[in-house]
Amino acid sequence: MADASYPDGLLYHPEHDWAQIDGETATFGITWFAQDALGEVVFFDPPQVGVQVTQGESYAEVESVKAVSDVIAPLSGEIVEVNADLADAPERINDDPYGEGWMVKVKLADAGEQQGLMDAAAYQAQLG
Amino acid sequence: MTPAAPTAPADDQRTIYERSQPGRRAFVAPALDVPARPLDELLPARLRRSAPARLPEVSEPELVRHYHRLSKRNFDLDTGFYPLGSCTMKHNPKLHERVAALPGNARLHPLQDERRAQGALELMWNLQEALGEIAGLPHVSLQPSAGSHGELAGVLLTRAYHEDRGEHRTKVLTPDTAHGTNPATVTMAGYEVVKVGTNADGGVDVDDLRAKADEQVACLMLTNPSTLGLFDPNIAEIAEIVHGVGATLYYDGANLNAIMGITRPGDMGFDIVHFNLHKSFTQPHGGGGPGAGPIAVSERIEPYLPRPQVIRREDDEGAAFLLDEERPKSIGKLRGFQGNYGVFVRSYAYIRSLGAEGLREASEVAVLNANYLLALLKRAGVAEYLPVAYDRLCMHEFVLSGAPMKRELGIRTLDLAKRLLDFGVHPPTVYFPLLVDEALLIEPTETETKETLERFAEIVAAILREAAEDPEIARNAPYSTPVRRLDEARAAKQPVIRQPL
Amino acid sequence: MSTYTSATDADRRAMLDAIGVASVEELFADVPAALRLGRPLALPAGMAEQEVYEHLKELAGRNVSCEDEISFLGAGMYDHYVPSLIDTLTSRSEFLTPYTPYQPEISQGGLQVMFEYQTAISELTGLPVSNASVYEGPSAVGAAAYLAKLTNGRPRVLASRGVHPHSRETLTTLARGYGQTVEEVPLRDGATDLEALTAALSDDVSAVVLQQPNFLGAVEDVAALTAAAKAVGAIVICACDPIPLGVLEPPGAQGVDIAVGEGQTLGNRLDFGGPSFGFFAAAQEHIRKLPGRIAGETVDVDGKRGFVLTLQTREQHIRREKATSNICTAQALNALAGVVYLGWLGRQGLVELGELLLQRTAYAREALCAIEGVEPLHEQPVVREFALRLPGVDVDAVVERLAAEGINAGYRLGRTYPEHADGLLVALTERRTRAQIDRFAEALAGALAAERGAAPAGVGA
Repeated sequence: MADASYPDGLLYHPEHDWAQIDGETATFGITWFAQDALGEVVFFDPPQVGVQVTQGESYAEVESVKAVSDVIAPLSGEIVEVNADLADAPERINDDPYGEGWMVKVKLADAGEQQGLMDAAAYQAQLG
Repeated sequence: MTPAAPTAPADDQRTIYERSQPGRRAFVAPALDVPARPLDELLPARLRRSAPARLPEVSEPELVRHYHRLSKRNFDLDTGFYPLGSCTMKHNPKLHERVAALPGNARLHPLQDERRAQGALELMWNLQEALGEIAGLPHVSLQPSAGSHGELAGVLLTRAYHEDRGEHRTKVLTPDTAHGTNPATVTMAGYEVVKVGTNADGGVDVDDLRAKADEQVACLMLTNPSTLGLFDPNIAEIAEIVHGVGATLYYDGANLNAIMGITRPGDMGFDIVHFNLHKSFTQPHGGGGPGAGPIAVSERIEPYLPRPQVIRREDDEGAAFLLDEERPKSIGKLRGFQGNYGVFVRSYAYIRSLGAEGLREASEVAVLNANYLLALLKRAGVAEYLPVAYDRLCMHEFVLSGAPMKRELGIRTLDLAKRLLDFGVHPPTVYFPLLVDEALLIEPTETETKETLERFAEIVAAILREAAEDPEIARNAPYSTPVRRLDEARAAKQPVIRQPL
Repeated sequence: MSTYTSATDADRRAMLDAIGVASVEELFADVPAALRLGRPLALPAGMAEQEVYEHLKELAGRNVSCEDEISFLGAGMYDHYVPSLIDTLTSRSEFLTPYTPYQPEISQGGLQVMFEYQTAISELTGLPVSNASVYEGPSAVGAAAYLAKLTNGRPRVLASRGVHPHSRETLTTLARGYGQTVEEVPLRDGATDLEALTAALSDDVSAVVLQQPNFLGAVEDVAALTAAAKAVGAIVICACDPIPLGVLEPPGAQGVDIAVGEGQTLGNRLDFGGPSFGFFAAAQEHIRKLPGRIAGETVDVDGKRGFVLTLQTREQHIRREKATSNICTAQALNALAGVVYLGWLGRQGLVELGELLLQRTAYAREALCAIEGVEPLHEQPVVREFALRLPGVDVDAVVERLAAEGINAGYRLGRTYPEHADGLLVALTERRTRAQIDRFAEALAGALAAERGAAPAGVGA
């Protein structure tokens, strides 16, 4: 499992989720802190492509052996792609939470929502 | 890291399917004593099975040896101390197996005419009466199959009660210390769960309860003593608040073993109580069932009890016992037939063995044993690493926190639990209740001796001393068990839940 | 009085001293005085083991069990022979007395039994995933409908009238809680009416519930009924009697999504209705929504094969209000009896048992229907149970006459099927010999003749 890291260039939601903005779409995943708290991930239950997600609400579930956790959407929009590789290799969420462990790509609904998210420094300050 | 795949399993790890050889058998069918007819005449080919189920092919000696050996890979209550909190692992009296196996019980068909099942119905009626007296509530249904099934019955009864009065309530309150079955049951019964906080003494946060109790609340589900092993002295006030908004008060009987003959849920104001006959009333746990979860209820809930009810009818020829299916307001059936009668036989035998005085003594000694073990674990060498979560006298069980142990010694509650296995002791319940960090919930029960409790306390102290020297020992425990720590993540990621054949 | 405790007066004094209180009474200080019972429980005084045994023996002696009469009573539970080895194995304390296997390192026996059981149920039903058992048959039907509701959220459940009345009633009780309505699909000539089913189906149907063989003993055309249900995307639940699955096409091969059933016939005693176990098997896609415990294979840190409870995040102790079911206690000991029984029957034995039942049942149906005043209630194929009509007589009185001769004639269908007030459901197991069937036929003929002589025709019909 990788060491703690919170890359610059991502936007962070206080419920330990990140978003990487790329024009009108964004990639979502969970932070190093979240995967560490959860332990070894054994299952990722993705949403379906086309589903609308709302900032601050759950859009997927991630499970370890003895815990299950809602994954919170950092921004609102429509799911345009899910990371199909996580079905067979959910451990990628632990091994590479910001890379191969990405969860969904979303066509953003409201660019203004990004104002409410944190940068890496602010998120790390929240973690204390 | 991917662990090595199992190749040819050692003999003691083989399944019954891996012992199978074509042509071997145990069963011999009784001779065909009627004229044989072509199968096609009896059952059209398209409805018939084309390939047999690939069941094992083994002889009786192989079958017996296989399962006998498997049994030896289990730890059990007849072998050693089993202080599994909230599970009440008390001795299972051996008489009970004998009486349950009497042919008049074991071979009695559930649809036998009531006139020819009077002994069974009288036993059930007597058990209903006894459980009602113990609960302090007048009416009992024996039907639910387990505690969680009793809970479901209770919440469905609550729904029927409110709906019969024309009220449609939406929420059920559960304490944040509740067993997971409580919120799961609430959802199945179509209600929304609202959590109530815990106060500094481990009881219900009465202010929080008052704030959340409104006309939308159908029920409060509570255990008293709580899952922290503490009796909530505010119970009368709690009942008043709940009844004040017209809701019912539900008692999860998981912890009844502390209070038999001392105080009664009905007298505390509860409307519905479930019993776990496999906890307080000695039905053996069977490695995860069977159990039984009868419920006792107040007058106002009685009309909604499941069908059928065992009733007693007096006439000129004496008393007769009947199964009453004519219950117009009943919630209906929760399962087939009359419930787990074989469990009733054992629990009834237990109640008749102990009687009023014995049941009270059982609860007294359960509480005495728990407090004695707590006193032993509060001594130097243990208490600084495993402090009691709520430092009061406990009831039949108590909660320690392994948080200082994790911080100071670098071993978690899980490690302590696994190391206990090497000493021939079943670990306490771990990581429950969720409210306490690194929790250990310890319930010794009344059937353990003083010496057993002392030995357990010594083992815990020894493991902590050992961890102070070398925490790796506990972290890698156990060592002496049939297998060592298992890769649960692998089992969950790529589930193999049947033998590939 | 037995208490199974061992605290002597000296023990108590020493323990109270260590605790720092003067009396046991003080330990209950948190219980408010007003809530103390303050009197002994109004229960009979405790008794010695000998006395309890005599009392229980006396009660049991007032029951007429299958030990005492020749029983053709079935209707959901059956008097199969339970081989001796099952008593031997299930009474071993290592199986009888442990709790649920929360500590897998010391529970490998129980966990492996679950794994072997799941394999056997999967084989029997032709479906790939099985849990480690649920309470019993009818509540398993309810649990299956709840899975369907969690899966598709649709509001209606259709249940064949051929499904056991207890299952239908349990389904209705539970569905009221989680907000589904249950409607009945009628029978035609003893089997589920395909046309009526098709007419009732639409895309708001969550599940269709069938039973094989149905309550009247008829073998249903499960494949045809399933195909109709699946055309609208409903989940098909089939409650199966496991013994006939030796000769009947398994539900998995007929497109059924969830097969459940009462496991009593697999090595469990009648016990006046329980404890037994319910089995629950499903198509692969439902694996993460199954109720109850599931054992899975894995390895330990040394690479040694082992078993654990797996997919636990489905369960109530983790997912709490979002759990796939509230089931906590399963029926591990009864499921052990089930898997040992299936191992005892073995691959050939299950088939041979099924074929023996087919032959003897056909013989019995023919022998009884040859009696004047006895007609078949339906003409469908049957395996181990069949329904008769005794037109024009009081069935209750006939059954009583046979009981007086030590024969339990079966289940009076009028108890739950008012449209079959003259119906009698007759069941066989491998214990019922040709000689017993012949004796039954003779006694039934006698009873009918006596009834007709005793009362004018039509009374009680």
